[in-house]
Amino acid sequence: MTDATLSIRDLRVTFKTLLGPVQAVRGVSLDVHPGEVLGVVGESGSGKSVSFLSIMGLLGKNAVIEGSAKVGDVELVGANQKAMRRVRGSEVAMIFQDPLSALNPVHRVGAQVAEMILAHQRDMSKDAAANRAVELLDLVGIPQPEQRARQYAHEFSGGMRQRVMIAMAIANNPKVLIADEPTTALDVTVQAQILEVIDRIRKEMGTAVVLITHDLGVVARMADRVQVMYAGRVVERSDVHNIFHESRHPYTRGLLGSQPTLGRERLTPIPGAPPNMLQPPSGCAFRARCVHAAPQCAGDLPELVQVGLTESACVRANELEALV
Amino acid sequence: MRDAISDPIELPDPHSDASIGVLKTSMSPKRMALKRFVNHRAALISAIVLVCIIIFVALAPITTRYGVNETIFPASEGPNQNLAPFDLAWFGTDGNGRDLYSRIIYGAQVSMLIGLFTAIGSVLLGTLVGGLAGYKGGWLDDILMRVTDIFLALPLLVVLVIVRGMLKNVSWVSTLMGDPNSVRFLVILLTIIGWMGVARLIRGQVKQLKEREFVEAARALGATSKRIMFRHLLPNSVGQIMVALTFAVVGAIAAEATLSFFGYGPDAGSGMTSLGLLIRDSKRAVPPGYWWLVVFPGVFFIILSLCINFIGDGLRDAVDPKMQQELK
Repeated sequence: MTDATLSIRDLRVTFKTLLGPVQAVRGVSLDVHPGEVLGVVGESGSGKSVSFLSIMGLLGKNAVIEGSAKVGDVELVGANQKAMRRVRGSEVAMIFQDPLSALNPVHRVGAQVAEMILAHQRDMSKDAAANRAVELLDLVGIPQPEQRARQYAHEFSGGMRQRVMIAMAIANNPKVLIADEPTTALDVTVQAQILEVIDRIRKEMGTAVVLITHDLGVVARMADRVQVMYAGRVVERSDVHNIFHESRHPYTRGLLGSQPTLGRERLTPIPGAPPNMLQPPSGCAFRARCVHAAPQCAGDLPELVQVGLTESACVRANELEALV
Repeated sequence: MRDAISDPIELPDPHSDASIGVLKTSMSPKRMALKRFVNHRAALISAIVLVCIIIFVALAPITTRYGVNETIFPASEGPNQNLAPFDLAWFGTDGNGRDLYSRIIYGAQVSMLIGLFTAIGSVLLGTLVGGLAGYKGGWLDDILMRVTDIFLALPLLVVLVIVRGMLKNVSWVSTLMGDPNSVRFLVILLTIIGWMGVARLIRGQVKQLKEREFVEAARALGATSKRIMFRHLLPNSVGQIMVALTFAVVGAIAAEATLSFFGYGPDAGSGMTSLGLLIRDSKRAVPPGYWWLVVFPGVFFIILSLCINFIGDGLRDAVDPKMQQELK
């Protein structure tokens, strides 16, 4: 498919540390299309956040980024600061996990949103930007936007601050909105409201959304397609229904099994811990924790292959149906 | 599993009256800081005292009884020197028959101007160096901070001697700094020796702020470095800068007194004096027992320093976000 808004090919991120290179992302490829929600799922340290921080150029100087990430025709990997700044916010915008500290405490909320508009649309007047800011606050469902725009961040609840962050993120109609665990710091009812807001923006503005999360409930509710990451690689990819019902990767199944569901008494956690990425294991990185591990898993790095209804990077994906 | 989750969740309509509630009046961080400052008893009293002093000092010709170099009455009308306090001279007179009270007010004028200008100079220079070092980091940070360390290692009197003695023949130095006894010379000298604390403070502040999420969020949404510096880092450091400014004023006034004590004080011309010079002169008043020449300038100096220090303490507490909880 060539109409992808964001297209990542073979992205690799390595951190130079005192202990040696840490391979945080090891060859990730993906496409996000307009108006689509791509769910990116995985444990902590699976490289899901790092992948997207790297293409935004928000990682420190010790990160080495290889591969390709294109928004339209603009290549992000290796782009200079100036080009990067133009892309951030206007082409790709990002919202973060912790809205509590993501707003500047000394400026009025409306002014911060207006500032984001002015950062990219310099010919706009300050009054116009302020009015637009109020519109945006209204769009993300903040009641009494005129009054709220004149308040400070400490007068907003967590959910309201995340709405403000979303307003800032969509201020310049970005083509892609990357939401890095946008609801993790919020309680469940607020979470539902925030997801609603993101969904409405996707529908109304045709924004492509990348939803990074470890909450499969959020993915089930929001995503059109899902990709599951483990140890810096994509291990399974499919549309959302098949991930939940037709998974052909033991790790995805492990994630599903460790998720609380009504009517099930006990959770089945995945034993062990993710591998140390200073020395990533050869072959399938999950095999040390996998109940179906076999000698052939230690061979080459498994690639994504269409098996049944999903693309799975498990060498035993074909046999898996019989094994369970 | 999917069915269980995708059940529509009833969301309250954010625009309905029920969810609007009553908005409390908005309070800016500045106003909150002011409120905390007012709650700081010592700082509030100090501020009131300082304002009184400033009014007296600023309106000097009106609030003083005599000129700075004027005797209370001509020597021909009787002895006017070293008189103990009486109705014509509330604080007594000095060895030249001049009113001590008037001289303290005029002296405070000079001292406070030196303090203020030195503090402003130090804070500007310190903020520039510290902000640059903290924001840019890397080798620039290393170099700037080592330069700061070098300046910190310089003792005031040694710099004074070097600048006075060795650099006075360098034409651009004397053009810039003026006569070694001028107020300008002292202000520049004290600035050279006074900016390092501010630089370190601001560097730390900027380094810390730079990692805060709102700065990262701003960068993720395409803010330029300039914007981040002037919209995010600087406004969030204003409190710290104010505190530094306050303490720099005290430091400069004390340093002026030190220099005056060693005989390097300001000579503002035509008998002008400063608090430091008055305190130096009191040395000669001790053996004959002219207590007023010692007590009044000393006490005034202490009150002035204490007031500014307390205000600095109050400001520091007021701008400290950890104090937020205590505010009702």
